[in-house]
Formats: sequence, C-alpha cells, structure tokens
Amino acid sequence: MVEAFRPQNLIEALYILSENECTIIAGGTDLMVQRARGFALKPDFVFPLLFIEHLSELKQIYNNSNEIHIGACVILTDIMQNEIIPEIFKEMIGKMASPPTRNMATIGGNLCNASPAGDTLPYLYAVNAKAILQNANGVRTVPIEEFITGVKKTCLQKNEILTDIIIPDKKFDVNIYKRLGQRKGMSLTKVSLLGLADISKNRIRDIRIALGSIAPTIVRSSDIERKMINKSLDEIKQISYEISNQYDKLIKPIDDARSTAKYRKKVSLNLIKHFLENL
Amino acid sequence: MVIEFYLNNEKKKIDIDASARLLDVLRENFGLTSVKEGCGEGECGACVVLVNGRAMNTCMIPVASIMGKSIVTMEGYKHTDRYKAIETGFMEAGSVQCGFCTPGFVMATESLLNQNPNPTDDEIKEGLSGNLCRCTGYNMIIQGVRLAIEKGAGLW
Repeated sequence: MVEAFRPQNLIEALYILSENECTIIAGGTDLMVQRARGFALKPDFVFPLLFIEHLSELKQIYNNSNEIHIGACVILTDIMQNEIIPEIFKEMIGKMASPPTRNMATIGGNLCNASPAGDTLPYLYAVNAKAILQNANGVRTVPIEEFITGVKKTCLQKNEILTDIIIPDKKFDVNIYKRLGQRKGMSLTKVSLLGLADISKNRIRDIRIALGSIAPTIVRSSDIERKMINKSLDEIKQISYEISNQYDKLIKPIDDARSTAKYRKKVSLNLIKHFLENL
Repeated sequence: MVIEFYLNNEKKKIDIDASARLLDVLRENFGLTSVKEGCGEGECGACVVLVNGRAMNTCMIPVASIMGKSIVTMEGYKHTDRYKAIETGFMEAGSVQCGFCTPGFVMATESLLNQNPNPTDDEIKEGLSGNLCRCTGYNMIIQGVRLAIEKGAGLW
C-alpha cells in the first residue's frame, strides 16, 4: 500500500514535503494515466502521494493591481467559467481534452507535467506569466519560461509546491489561436499557434507569437517580435514570409505517433504567416 | 487511508489504498457495474460518474480525492425523474445499441443539462465530446438528448 498524505491546509502540506519526498497529485489526469498498470490494478507510484487538489488556498482566482492570480489547483472548467479571465485563454482551455477531464484537470498540473503539448502553455508564455513556488521556508516567483526547463522537466524543488500562476489583467486587440489535432475533442495537439497583438493607427504596438508542440518547450522569440513593433500592417504583410523564416531555426519538432517533424515545421511557418497577414 | 464519502446519497466509509482508481473501487468494492472500463486513460468516457454533480472520468480519480464528496452512478441516478426523461429519449431515438457506453453518456448528458438546460446541437456535441460510441454514429445519441430535453422540460 502506497503511503499517502491528505493535509488540511497548505502549511501542513509544505511541512509534509519538508520531511518526505512525495509525488504531488492534484487532478490526477496525467499522473493516474502515466502510472496506470491496467484493469483493476492500482497505479504504480514510487513515492508517497501528497494530495493537494482539495486545498482551498490553491483554488482561488482573483485580480490584484493589474494581475490575475490563478490558484494552481483551479480546475480548467472553473477557469473557463470565471469572468475575469481573458476570453482568448478561455477559448484555448475550451479546446482541451473533454468536459469530464476539464472537470478534474488543474492548471498547475498542466504546468508541472511540462509537456511540449501542454495547451495552457502558449498563453502563459505569450503573456509572460509567473509561477509562485512555496516551500516551508518561503516563497519565490519564477517566470514561466524558467519554470519549465525541458520536456517533462521543471525547476520545482522536492520541497516546493506550485501555488499560483500570475497573468497580467490585460486584453489584446488581436487574438488568434489555432490548434491542430487529429480531431476536435480529446486529441493531443500536433501544432498550435497563439498570436496576440495590440494595434493603433494601423501600426503594431505589441505583438506576441507562441508556438506549441513543435519543440521541447513553447517557442517564443522576443527578438523577432521586437523587430515588428511600430511597423505598419502593410509592411508586416510584405515581410510575413521573411519573418516566418526567422522562426525556422527555433522550431525543432519531432516525428511521433501524432504527426511528422516535416509537417509540423511547414504548418508552424504557415500559421505564423497566416497570423501576420490577418492582423 | 480511510475515505468517507457519499455514494448515491448514502454515507460510506472505506479503508483502502489512497491511489486506487475510483473506477475499481466502485466496481470491485461496491459492486456498481454500470461504471465501465473502456480505455482506462480518460479518452472514452465509459467510466464517467457525477462527482458533486459534475461528470468525471473515474479511471483517473485516485480514491483519496473523493473524500467528503458526493458520487452518483447510474445505480443511484436511475431513480430520478431526470433519468426517466433521458431513458425515454434514448429509447425512442435508438441511442443504445450494445449499451457499453450508455451509462457514461447518460451521466455526461446529466452534467451537460445541469449546466445548460437548453443546449444547441453544437453544445450537445461539445458536452458529449468526452464519450465514445462505436455503434450508433452519434446522431441517434444527439437526437436522444434532444428528446430528453423535450420530455424533461422544467426538470433541469
């Protein structure tokens, strides 16, 4: 029988983690499948389990000085139904998995699983989200691109819990999200693109491009984005092919069961062009 | 770990491995065989039950997560007027062929109508997108949900 902890509050959870190496489990939608052994068999967990999904400290959504705090254990359905969450993020989450899975899966779980195909991640990278990590001794804040360090890898230490995700309380003028899967429901992403932009007087004031499932982590380039600032929409259209080509080197897809590297690369570059030509 | 929860409106207590799948606990420990294992990885919806009124895949729920929560399976739900409306709708539309997926579809239908009593066809498709059926081709199930909404007017 695997040992398990079900703390009453966050402080107790952090104390347990300071004394024990645990597998932290929230909604369970990734871990229970990854550790499954088949019909009527208990999943194969190595470390004691620490259940945190029920902790009220991790289930809040609120805004505070132009930022929105989302508790790590807020389920995807509750993010979609919360009025302070930007519409584009809700749209992206609405395309994830299926309603029963979204009733269980947490945003913190999507970060900690750190899959290249994690579908909340393009948004979190595009808006420079921050992750709040706590241990029994204190708190640290980490930018999302530093939190995720590789395929299925994060900077989370053994004694830490991801407690909050912070996004800016900001809406963009242009919001485009394209996600390719084998079908609409219940499919993992082959390629995704999130494009956000602010435009005034026909010129780009802010632009963000984040691509998912086409490299070990989400691809975003502030350098390329910066070159587009203050260009007119017509200028952008003229150089859209050139810009998409600048992403070529950053896009490092793989062949897998869902798609091929060649297809993913081609579609990614086309999606970038599509976004730039339809601002 | 000792888990206390409500199962079809009755208080239950069980001492069990915290990581056991709720699917197995409901079938093996409580004999509730309406809960089916299809894929075992959250893709097919055959194991869906209601947890605090929301559809969830029991193959992915470690049993410790349901502490203090209310679980409803077909065995409990079948005594409700809402179920009667869904049953009649599904029967008249031919929504059931082999029947293996049906309990999951009924639970997902309840969860959908509880959130949205008057869904469009697209909303029905989205609401049932976590359930697979290899017999009907889905049109009859969507029709069955439409009929259930008519027959159960005012229930959701």
